Amino acid sequence: MTKSAPSSAQAKPSLFKSLEIDTRLLGMIGAFVAICLVFNVITDGRFLTPRNLFNLTIQTVSVAIMATGMVFVIVTRHIDLSVGALLATCSAVMGVMQVQLLPQFLGLGNPLIAPLAVLAGLLAGAVIGAFNGWLIGYQRIPAFIVTLGGLLVWRNVGWYLTDGQTLGPLDKNFLLLGGVEGTIGATASWIAGVLFSVVAIWAIWRARRAKIAHAFPVKPLWAEGALMAISVVAILGFVAIMNSYQVPLGRLKREFAARGEVLPDGYTEVYGLPISVLILIIIAIAMTILARRTRLGRYIFATGGNPDAAELSGINTRLLTVKIFALMGVLCALSAMVAQARLANHTNDIGTLDELRVIAAAVIGGTALAGGIGTIYGAILGALIMQSLQSGMAMVGVDAPFQNIVVGAVLVLAVWIDIQYRKRTGEKV
Amino acid sequence: MTQTVENRGTPLVEMRDMSISFGGIKAVDHVTVDLYPGEVVGLLGHNGAGKSTLIKMLSGAYAPDTGVIRINGEKAEIHNPRDARRYNIETIYQTLALADNLDAASNLFLGRELVTPMGFVDDDAMEAETRKIMHRLNPNFQKFSAPVSALSGGQRQSVAIARAVYFNARILIMDEPTAALGPHETQMVADLIQQLKAEGLGIFLIDHDVHQVMKLCDRASVMKNGKLVGTVDVADVTDDDLLAMIILGKNPITGEVMAG
Ligand SMILES: Nc1ncnc2c1ncn2[C@@H]1O[C@H](COP(=O)(O)OP(=O)(O)OP(=O)(O)O)[C@@H](O)[C@H]1O
Ligand SMILES: [Mg+2]
Repeated sequence: MTKSAPSSAQAKPSLFKSLEIDTRLLGMIGAFVAICLVFNVITDGRFLTPRNLFNLTIQTVSVAIMATGMVFVIVTRHIDLSVGALLATCSAVMGVMQVQLLPQFLGLGNPLIAPLAVLAGLLAGAVIGAFNGWLIGYQRIPAFIVTLGGLLVWRNVGWYLTDGQTLGPLDKNFLLLGGVEGTIGATASWIAGVLFSVVAIWAIWRARRAKIAHAFPVKPLWAEGALMAISVVAILGFVAIMNSYQVPLGRLKREFAARGEVLPDGYTEVYGLPISVLILIIIAIAMTILARRTRLGRYIFATGGNPDAAELSGINTRLLTVKIFALMGVLCALSAMVAQARLANHTNDIGTLDELRVIAAAVIGGTALAGGIGTIYGAILGALIMQSLQSGMAMVGVDAPFQNIVVGAVLVLAVWIDIQYRKRTGEKV
Repeated sequence: MTQTVENRGTPLVEMRDMSISFGGIKAVDHVTVDLYPGEVVGLLGHNGAGKSTLIKMLSGAYAPDTGVIRINGEKAEIHNPRDARRYNIETIYQTLALADNLDAASNLFLGRELVTPMGFVDDDAMEAETRKIMHRLNPNFQKFSAPVSALSGGQRQSVAIARAVYFNARILIMDEPTAALGPHETQMVADLIQQLKAEGLGIFLIDHDVHQVMKLCDRASVMKNGKLVGTVDVADVTDDDLLAMIILGKNPITGEVMAG
């Protein structure tokens, strides 16, 4: 994690230099925009509709949540091949809790069911993750082996928990965490958008004040202002898109009928921000703060950069490994929660091949397998790029086998581009 | 083995009968060295003699097979680098022990970060402190925001030195601190050693340059094949005597030649 270079180096700084925007971030955003535009042309404008963008975001959430944790795993030179299987086990725990166990004691529809089920899943994820971390950190078994074994073990532990059955219907409150069923509507979305904008402006401003307080060089004021403007436009633009996806008429009619009312003529309603996306945003912010502003994050990156140096600096790298994998486990559980709620039931094959998607997202997002380098926003963008490719190809009607060929090729291509980029900037490859 | 120094009370550090082996190789074989406040003790020996391994037992990186470490006469429990830091032992490792992907300030404060009242790492405060100390040690140093992988060997060494002297060490271990430095920077480190010595620190200095050792050290302990050849007062011996100790294992006081 390096602080961005001071802009005083050159007499006439370029536009990007003044803004101090990470060029890699720009590259990824560029790639995403290009993918969207290409598919939009091929699909005659069906790709860039509020409906499709809405679906794209809620489909990305599950992999993106896990990808943020995978960044820490890969940064410390480990790998986790068991995230998809762990997701299945956590999902099974949550499914069994809300469909079989809790209703017996609390009665069907009790408001405590969803939080208790989630809690049980989180606990399972944390314990299993910590156990993986203990095997890797204290018993010195390579992460590749521990999690390769875990991939077989946990998917099938999940199978036994449910006797291989699909679990459903899920608790009604739990379903809100998934996507289409749980959105916060137009007004709340605008409020959330304004709140996030204020936070973004405040963060940029505060960083500037801190630099001035230490008499460090700062960006020109216009650049700072431009950054704030870009952030606000991006946030509010996203809200605007989510707020322009209208709830279909049929669904509104059903909802009104369920309440014993009649749908008034000309009545419309929009979805707004999905709760699952809000969860992802909060996780992204929390993980970014963890990475950059806490000791734990500093130790994660130091250990990735040079494990011996970290050890000699008094960092307990074994315990650190346990913490990283426990965190990964918790994120798998959160991911399971979102995925299960979106699919509206627990199935045995939930999260199958997610380990590959999650690792690919982190790597496309610029996480270096050699360790020490990676960003949270990169991993999320990586997940979004992968999902948009997959959704776009499905929309165009590309065969499933060919979809996989493209995604695989893109993964390799992305890493190759990243290596070229690092060569040119003189970074460690 | 001759103890040539007159009794000066309790040593700051006493490493008695230290041994460690790595899979059959006796890297350090029953070695005893000590260090007094305000003293610089040179550790000499050929490559692979066991110098770095010896001091790594003091810095908490290795657990000894045998031996006792006393600090100010009291038995010290040093099981890891954190313990060593608690005894105000700071080390400049031969490998520098820097995290290449982090900047100078993050490395300097690694494991001892400055935090804000909220408990978050305070990068700006750490950079400000780093600028101050680097200004004192190496005024030409400017790359505060680059990862240390982007620094030259000498600049990296400066960062490692800064880290060792920033935290008010009482015992300083320097494992070939000037190996990558230019003549000017080497002279600055020599001046720094004199200054720290005057402040009452005890310093173990590992250096292959016999001339430098003669100039900077009060005593020199020479190792060969993991064993201690002897410890001499630098004032009592010549460059050639030290070289004979290193190469032949010949103790200039007793005339004894070490076997092996
Ligand atoms: N971690 C280790 N594992 C195995 N053997 C080791 C380890 N560390 C040191 N050794 C061995 O111990 C012996 C002493 O090594 P040491 O690094 O202490 O030598 P040195 O005196 O510092 O040499 P140099 O002048 O080259 O730095 C060598 O034979 C080395 O191969
Ligand atoms: Mg050495």
